[in-house]
Amino acid sequence: MNFWYSFLAIVVLVMLLLPTAAMLVWVERRLLGFWQERLGPNRVGPYGILQSLADLIKILFKHDWIPPFADAKVFVAAPLMGALAVMMSYAVVPMAPGWVISDSHIGLLFFLAMTSLAVYSVLLAGWSSNNKYALIGAMRAAAQTISYEVFMGLSLLGVVMLAGSFRLSDIVLAQQEGWFILPQCLGFVLFLIAGIAESHRLPFDLPEAETELTAGFHTEYSGIKFALFFLGEYLGVMLISMMITVLFLGGWLAPFGLEGFIPPIIWFVLKTFVLISFFILLRAALPRPRFDQLLAFGWLWMLPLSLINLLVTAALILGGQ
Amino acid sequence: MALAWAELWPILLYFLFTLTLLAGVMLLSSVLGPKNKGHSTDLPYESGILSYGGARVRFGNHFFLYAIFFVIFDMEVLFLFAWAISLKESGWMGFIEALVFILVLLVALVYLWRIGALRVKAEERS
Repeated sequence: MNFWYSFLAIVVLVMLLLPTAAMLVWVERRLLGFWQERLGPNRVGPYGILQSLADLIKILFKHDWIPPFADAKVFVAAPLMGALAVMMSYAVVPMAPGWVISDSHIGLLFFLAMTSLAVYSVLLAGWSSNNKYALIGAMRAAAQTISYEVFMGLSLLGVVMLAGSFRLSDIVLAQQEGWFILPQCLGFVLFLIAGIAESHRLPFDLPEAETELTAGFHTEYSGIKFALFFLGEYLGVMLISMMITVLFLGGWLAPFGLEGFIPPIIWFVLKTFVLISFFILLRAALPRPRFDQLLAFGWLWMLPLSLINLLVTAALILGGQ
Repeated sequence: MALAWAELWPILLYFLFTLTLLAGVMLLSSVLGPKNKGHSTDLPYESGILSYGGARVRFGNHFFLYAIFFVIFDMEVLFLFAWAISLKESGWMGFIEALVFILVLLVALVYLWRIGALRVKAEERS
């Protein structure tokens, strides 16, 4: 691939990602509205579709406030780091054959590494704010993220074994015989839960539990810096949905032998959208657990389960040879 | 080496592009925004109550413990990655070795659970 082709692909990707994340905010507010028997935002543009654009314009003209009691450099760097860490993972996600910025042979590891980096943003944001709520929120976020990250990697090892590669497009192509959700149903559930916890979505949004911590680690953030955290959260939801699609739902492959008349990217987008809607439904449906229950669940159930899943998968693959 | 570079430079380019874009938006906002100052603009937000003391306080070390466990168990994942990718090459011998390795760590996890190191509340710990 030459330079300009890659550059064009990058520009297109970013220009698609950011508006999609903004649209997602509207979709979520709208869906939550319907599930709670109200309308949600419906004033700006047809069906309120331009709500996020209006919010963006408002946010751009807000006071860019840096607290005088905060550690200014870290305070500014933290939201940037958070949004960047999430954005970086998209570089390795193949959306259709050849539609990827870098089809890296360590794509899966790159994704895991970038997801881990997000915890620094949260921790630094909470610490540099010099606010007690922010500090507790950040500590909780860090404890939760690292607890769920341990088995996030483990739950994917079954997929790696089946596909025999870390390259995400190889993993998709290895699913032509059948999607990995069937042989890896336990791995799928584990990764789904880890993904929700990593993107700090309900029911795992304890770091920003507003009833007890006001807004958690971003209590002191406002204006564009808050928007970057917000953007990171929605990009995270989209990223986890895309990764589940790629790893367990056959990526761009068509289901039930329907190849031919619908382009691969449509299947990819459809599958991702179904998963995103599921994430939003979770938020509408589930209450928040207690913090110690959350951690105990991660360590005492999810971690042993993912290890057992790994061993059983390995034994089946070796035995079936 | 050439292969790795061919896969890496688009990621690097993507990183630079995204960084420029996001930093640019932040800069734009700081130029466009007003700089008003009310009588309580510069106070920390603690639910309307005046802040008492700073946030640089000492608190329980259980979060630190989780960080240590993370290091232990995430190291384990690192080794298992290497095994997972070479599963068919290493065969049943590799499986048995991985089994022993995983069992040792499971025993460690049970031990941690039994001594109550995974609990958040201090009074529940023995």
